[in-house]
Amino acid sequence: MRIPAGDLPGARRGRPRRTRRSRLSGAAVALAVAVAGCGAPAAPAGRLTVFAAASLTATFQALAGTFEKERAGTQVVFHFAASSTLAQQLVDGAPADVFAAASPETMATVTRAGVAAGPQTFVRNQLVIGVAEGNPKNLRSLADLARPGVAVARCAAQVPCGVAADRALRAADVTLRGPTLELNANATLTKLTLGEVDAALIYRTDALAAAAAVDAVDFPQSAAAATDYPIALISRGDRKELAAAFVALVTGERSAAAFRRAGFTTL
Amino acid sequence: MSRLLAVPAGLAVALLAAPLLGLLARAPWAALGHWWGRAETVEALRTSLLTASGATLVCVVLGVPLAAVLTRVRGWARRLLRVAVLLPLILPPVVGGVALLLVFGRGGLLGAPVYRWWGVSLPFTPGAVVLAQVFVGLPFLVLAVEGALRAADRRVEDAAATLGAGPWTVFRRVTVPLVAPGVLAGAALSWARAVGEFGATITFAGNVPGRSRTVPVAVYLALETDPAGAVALSLLLLGVCAVVLVALRDRWWGGLA
Repeated sequence: MRIPAGDLPGARRGRPRRTRRSRLSGAAVALAVAVAGCGAPAAPAGRLTVFAAASLTATFQALAGTFEKERAGTQVVFHFAASSTLAQQLVDGAPADVFAAASPETMATVTRAGVAAGPQTFVRNQLVIGVAEGNPKNLRSLADLARPGVAVARCAAQVPCGVAADRALRAADVTLRGPTLELNANATLTKLTLGEVDAALIYRTDALAAAAAVDAVDFPQSAAAATDYPIALISRGDRKELAAAFVALVTGERSAAAFRRAGFTTL
Repeated sequence: MSRLLAVPAGLAVALLAAPLLGLLARAPWAALGHWWGRAETVEALRTSLLTASGATLVCVVLGVPLAAVLTRVRGWARRLLRVAVLLPLILPPVVGGVALLLVFGRGGLLGAPVYRWWGVSLPFTPGAVVLAQVFVGLPFLVLAVEGALRAADRRVEDAAATLGAGPWTVFRRVTVPLVAPGVLAGAALSWARAVGEFGATITFAGNVPGRSRTVPVAVYLALETDPAGAVALSLLLLGVCAVVLVALRDRWWGGLA
């Protein structure tokens, strides 16, 4: 499609409002470029290592896709695990640039050690009762999970999803019968998807991600067990600008929809 | 010659001892009593020792005959058996745990019909811990016993047979005593492997306190929030195993040393 050069000035005269807007957006781009370039001789590029709670896997991978597309030559490398495991590794010197935890307590162990600074809360997650599709055992509440013959998986109290489970069970005044105390949110979900347990206390986000095999039952005490997700820069990381840009993307307005789609509550 | 050997041998010792020294250096000596005396610790230790001993028993009962078969078959059957025996050594234990779930789990190939008909399922029970430990420990026993069988003088068996002993009598009265030291060494190896088992256990048997929580699982959990506690539990496991193995060595296979 060819546009005669002579037509352009006339077109501009005819639509002054649009011209102003395009000039404004041009200025915004220039400003963004200037800000991005601030303190760095070239546009920040390279490999960014992100340690993130297992429950962030899908959303963070999608965001990283956007991030890498917008910055040629950038590669985001993830390490997903229970955030308490990651926190321990970070305190022990594991190399990383960004840490996103599934609980403020876990983030605190890292900031207290001086490994990360300035955590910002970006989303909130809640527990649901995950059951096999169609809810064959008709489990409707936390109290139902304590019925005889109901096999339950939950996270161990040492990891954030287990802390949330403890809080919810306390609020409901329910004691489970010999549940298996799994080491992280993913392992808990796996026990359910493999059919080894009848119910699992899992994050709403995980239930949504596994919706093909798992139904989610909301329960009122879940609000008492909402957990905040903080994200922070690792102090010893040597890709600070790139890391800050990634954190800005995660905490920014344009990521909110992706987090909500995944089942998180945005703040 | 001896000096030539001393350098790599010394490196090997350093490699093996350094992590142990690291544990000792970071050990919370003052808090050891607190950690070792906790009811959960005692419970996990009991689960570990009972399941590992049960697993060793199963390994001996199933593994000695398998080793005997391995020395007798030839050709492709032997190669196939060998791979089957070696596979659990190569497989990451977590993968082994998943494989066990897919067969013996409530939704597994064998586990599903059993659960449908009798309502029983294996995962999350002490039996599941034993099965996971047998899976990872059996190769050690089979390899040790097979080695002993090959090294043994088989003409003694032929002599027994010519004197009128049936095959079962030969196996029981000649073969077994002949390879007893190998069996004991293999049993010790598989017991040690079973006590230290983590990946297959956590995947297949989960973590139910008093039923399937072993010391290695407790160590992993402690590591999440209290590394000092994890070190204390590790030292307990190491200490108990060292005592058991040394005590048994003197009693059972002193002749090997």
